[in-house]
Amino acid sequence: MRMCASAALPEAPPVLDLAYTPFSEFDFMRRALVGVIAIALGGGPIGVFLMLRRMSLTGDAMAHAILPGAAVGYLLAGLSLPAMTIGGLAAGVIVAMAAGLVSRFTSLKEDASLAAFYLLSLALGVTIVSLRGSNVDLLHVLFGTVLALDDGTLLLLASISSLTVLALAVLYRPLVLECVDPVFLRSVSRAGTPTHLVFLGLVVMNLVGGFHALGTLLAVGMMMLPAAASRFWTSDITMMMIASILIGICSGIAGLLLSFHLELPAGPAIILSAGFVYVASLLVGREGGILWLAWPGKHLEA
Amino acid sequence: MRTRRTALSLLAGLLALACPLGPAAAQAPEKLKVVATFSILGDLVRHVGGERVEVTTLVGPNGDAHVYSPTPADGRRLSEARIVFTNGLNFEGWIDRLIQSSGTRAVKAEASKGARLLEGEDNPHAHGHAIDPHAWQNIGNAKVYVANIRDALISADASGRAAYETNAGAYLAELDSLEAEVKGLVAGIPAERRRIITSHDAFRYFGDAYGIAFVSPQGVSTDAEASAKDVARIIRQIRRETIAAVFVENVSDARLMERIAQETGARIGERVYSDALSEPGGPAGTYIDMMRHNIRAFSAALSR
Repeated sequence: MRMCASAALPEAPPVLDLAYTPFSEFDFMRRALVGVIAIALGGGPIGVFLMLRRMSLTGDAMAHAILPGAAVGYLLAGLSLPAMTIGGLAAGVIVAMAAGLVSRFTSLKEDASLAAFYLLSLALGVTIVSLRGSNVDLLHVLFGTVLALDDGTLLLLASISSLTVLALAVLYRPLVLECVDPVFLRSVSRAGTPTHLVFLGLVVMNLVGGFHALGTLLAVGMMMLPAAASRFWTSDITMMMIASILIGICSGIAGLLLSFHLELPAGPAIILSAGFVYVASLLVGREGGILWLAWPGKHLEA
Repeated sequence: MRTRRTALSLLAGLLALACPLGPAAAQAPEKLKVVATFSILGDLVRHVGGERVEVTTLVGPNGDAHVYSPTPADGRRLSEARIVFTNGLNFEGWIDRLIQSSGTRAVKAEASKGARLLEGEDNPHAHGHAIDPHAWQNIGNAKVYVANIRDALISADASGRAAYETNAGAYLAELDSLEAEVKGLVAGIPAERRRIITSHDAFRYFGDAYGIAFVSPQGVSTDAEASAKDVARIIRQIRRETIAAVFVENVSDARLMERIAQETGARIGERVYSDALSEPGGPAGTYIDMMRHNIRAFSAALSR
């Protein structure tokens, strides 16, 4: 009955209206929504694996590593989607492979070699962008525009998340094994190194996708915050991936609506929403949330 | 002993290198070294100063003076300069700190002094921007700039008074004919079509002086990232008021403007220039070329 009324009258119920009208009225909001969902779909599961493998900061490092590649693309072709994507992918893959190989075959640990490579590439990226003479666009390059997603960018985001989900389905077993018992995996199979490298490739791909919508710095946020929040609700990996996707989508919607109603910049609003979910999960999450730790009795009863 | 000899020969080598430079520099006519903060101002100073003045601009073509971060080389340029020309009105927020830290004894000359000013738009993002700094978009104000520049040059270099006055006079005449051209072109646009969307709110002086309304999706400063609400407001406005043209500047995010244009069916006009000139050979290599290019682009998009 309520639904009928809202459909017949031009005025929907106020709350529904606040959440629905921005998307029904504006094409750019719908596009932003699709983009955010695509990012959450690919980034959530990747973030869960990064977290479980204690590589949470790797994502951050990789995001910086993408910059010089994107900058070279930008230098050659301006604000061009294919050029910046290819450049970012190339730079990210090179750094990921180099860091991965160094850590596998030398005594240097992965975090140290990653730090070295990403610092190098970040400095290189800023230098390259500055070479163009104008410093303006660097900010736009760094912060992206979720409100200005064109067809090409949306297709890119969608294909990246589809590819990610497919690849994770194929690699699921070795990946989980590498998370829980890498030594065992190495003893039974040689899939360890290739799996690791493909996984790093997926990380880079998702970061490049997020980079177009949210910029380098915030792209990592859509990957790690939902994953970290989901850890407080379940200890099952599959559930964790689903939870992180849902959290990512919800924060994306919330962020876009906040940006629409409160005039906040869209990218940061999305990440702040995800951050809010994370803090809330930290407090009341069923698995190791602070509230449940403080009153363990409740937890046992439930 | 050996190190001393090495040091001596090094010193001798350096002297030998330096010697040819010294006399050559002395032989060239001593030019008055001045610095202008951004490309448009630099162009005005160059026209008034002519042969007698060597102008260096800090923020070059296509650069954004709002968010510029100075380099050490800028400090050096400042310390060599006799006059530092600034726009003033908080346009270059970084210049005072730079002047202080460079320890220069240059005189600071605010070109916008005495210009006809507009209040900045009420905008929650722009703290303390009480006055809109983009005064040069009104050619009448550019004339005030030229007069200020002429006076500052004369007070630093009295012997060049005649040259500066001749240059300024000739340039002012050019500005007069430019203003006549602009007014003529605006008159050719039907009054109800004189509405334009542009990405950076820098054309308010232009609009105020020549009667074209400018609407923008961002605040007065390029620092702020546009929110979804800003974009929605612009789109609603374009639909409601049937605005025909969207213009992209040389210093703002083109992707956002394209999205707005696609969503509303408004036409994307040619690139226009507000805060910075283009490269010297480009469509807006000088102030006069810039104003002419802009008004032609506006009139081409609006007259149809």
